[in-house]
Amino acid sequence: MSILLDRTTPVLVQGITGKIGSFHAKEMREYGTNIVGGVTPGKGGTMQDGLPVFDTMKEAVEKTGATASIVFVPPPFAADSIMESADANIRLCVAITDGIPSQDMIRVKRYMRRYRSENRMRLIGPNCAGLISPGKAMMGIMPGNIYIPGNVGIVGRSGTLGYEAAAQMMDLGIGVSTSVGIGGDPINGSSFKDILELFEADPETHAVVMIGEIGGPQEAEAAEYIRDHMTKPVIAYVAGLSAPKGRKMGHAGAIISAFGEGASEKVELLRDVGVAIAPTPAEIGSTAQKVLKAA
Amino acid sequence: MDIHEYQAKEILARFGVATPKGALAYSPEQAAYRAREIGGKLWVVKAQVHTGGRGKAGGVKLCRTEDEVADAADELLGKKLVTHQSGPAGKIVGRLYVEGGVAIAKELYLGFVLDRKSERVMVVASSQGGMEIEEIAAEKPDSIVKVSVEPAVGMQAFQAREIAFALGLKPSQVQSAVNALMGCYRAFEELDATMLEINPLIVTEDDHVMALDAKMTFDDNALFRHPAVAELRDKSQEDPRETHANDRGLAYVGLAGKIGCIVNGAGLAMATMDMIKLAGGEPANFLDIGGGATPERVAKAFKLVTMDKNVEAILVNIFAGINRCDWVAEGVVQALEKSPVGVPVIVRLAGTHVEEGRRILARSGLPIIRANTLAEAAERAVAAWKNNANTVGLKVVNA
Repeated sequence: MSILLDRTTPVLVQGITGKIGSFHAKEMREYGTNIVGGVTPGKGGTMQDGLPVFDTMKEAVEKTGATASIVFVPPPFAADSIMESADANIRLCVAITDGIPSQDMIRVKRYMRRYRSENRMRLIGPNCAGLISPGKAMMGIMPGNIYIPGNVGIVGRSGTLGYEAAAQMMDLGIGVSTSVGIGGDPINGSSFKDILELFEADPETHAVVMIGEIGGPQEAEAAEYIRDHMTKPVIAYVAGLSAPKGRKMGHAGAIISAFGEGASEKVELLRDVGVAIAPTPAEIGSTAQKVLKAA
Repeated sequence: MDIHEYQAKEILARFGVATPKGALAYSPEQAAYRAREIGGKLWVVKAQVHTGGRGKAGGVKLCRTEDEVADAADELLGKKLVTHQSGPAGKIVGRLYVEGGVAIAKELYLGFVLDRKSERVMVVASSQGGMEIEEIAAEKPDSIVKVSVEPAVGMQAFQAREIAFALGLKPSQVQSAVNALMGCYRAFEELDATMLEINPLIVTEDDHVMALDAKMTFDDNALFRHPAVAELRDKSQEDPRETHANDRGLAYVGLAGKIGCIVNGAGLAMATMDMIKLAGGEPANFLDIGGGATPERVAKAFKLVTMDKNVEAILVNIFAGINRCDWVAEGVVQALEKSPVGVPVIVRLAGTHVEEGRRILARSGLPIIRANTLAEAAERAVAAWKNNANTVGLKVVNA
């Protein structure tokens, strides 16, 4: 089993007629994702690489029965597209778009709260690489060939650092149940804790690799969750040891603006609750291997 | 994006926040003329720089005559102001703000931030104005009032009143405080700010609440819808390398080390810097050329990193996904053939078509030091940097 996504999940692509959207729609289909169509306002009724295109999410969901969507819409319009998904009763929305204004994300999160938690759409991202359940399906922009199916979950903010970890694990023969990129923005759809909860409940995930970075309170929140609720081993690396305070390191959210947001403070919090810390980013795979052998 | 105090005050005034009378000056003569225009017997000449801690660093001068205003302006203009927040490079003073003095009865602290935990705008206020918020939090935590704003309806007047009363304001001062608070919130919300700080927010002897200082930072991702705000950017206050990078769509942060970094993806870039540090070196910069890592971006990155004359070795770490390693390798080779960089270059490629990428690097005949893993890359970069001084010509290491 995997979390969030499997071979059968019917997926819509928002922004399917754009250069990036159409390219990744093809890549995802080749990997095995059940892409059922896409949405580009004004292009409804046309076809894109054999897939039907719709004007609105509501119509697309009605005609295709999709339960998931992936957003490649440019930043000025992306928040609107995410809210349209929520309104169309999509269950899982993955927002790849980088550069959405923070206050737009505040509005998105507020809008989503109008649904009761059991009916609320789950949002992954924005500014993320998406998610992959190896051997089954992917909703994202990652290279599928660096993941092998298995029993370790991965959750991280960064795209390429997540690839680095997955590739290290593949070299050691460690397979992945699902890998989730939660994105580098200050306000995002799902936190580390949200994804850890899903991995904790998934019988086929035996351990979790968590890749944090400087900035924000989500690693500290995850540490509390791990201490109180997590029975499965967690391996972690936190990037940004050498990042100066007050400087934004690429990701809009990667900035140390308060005490406890630096890499070493986050590492301490995680170590204190029993998380196995990878001493360097080159040892994420080998640390996972040690933990799996001991378990 | 940061703006100057005078710009923030102009914005706030449009939203109904009271500020002292003031005007901009670029020369001592202009400063004296501004003082005469403003009138009164007391003026403050303030250096306009994008950093905090101006007062303690001598960037704010109290003057009692027009001659003193001119002298203060003469001293400040062109000066490099180094404050405890500016870093050792400091900031050059190119503009001055001349302000009329006001009789202060009380100094307060007021801040608006995007709170990541509650995912809302948070108002932070304290009766201890003039101190930095970190100091207040450490020394007078009980004086801090926090109010979070419901995004669907925005800040309400009762919340502003709650803050005003909690700060100990008198009934005769509360309406003026409410105007200031509501105006600040509207400016923050409408213009997509990420930080607004008024320190101090003052109560005058005649019960008016005014912004004596103002700092605003805006969301770079929202500038597309605020062209008037985007125009307030003052590039003279930025690190020229960062400006150069920014203008070309690259995310760069200059640091003090000797090993330049070119990496795709922010997380991997931070991890690469960490790895250099753990291997005994210091990174010269953070640079994310974007997940895609196109050859054009690689070429721009080499140019940018070598603008830093402290760089004594360059580490390129690319994890190629959809963009294949062979394509990235060709970009690296083209960039180095076109303009050699004169320092050791260490290249680590990983991901799709990695073998082909490594072959292209090897075949190029260029003195590129190759590495297969992240650990190897950092070790070789640190070793190359340490040997750089006594290396004549660079040898090719076959990884």
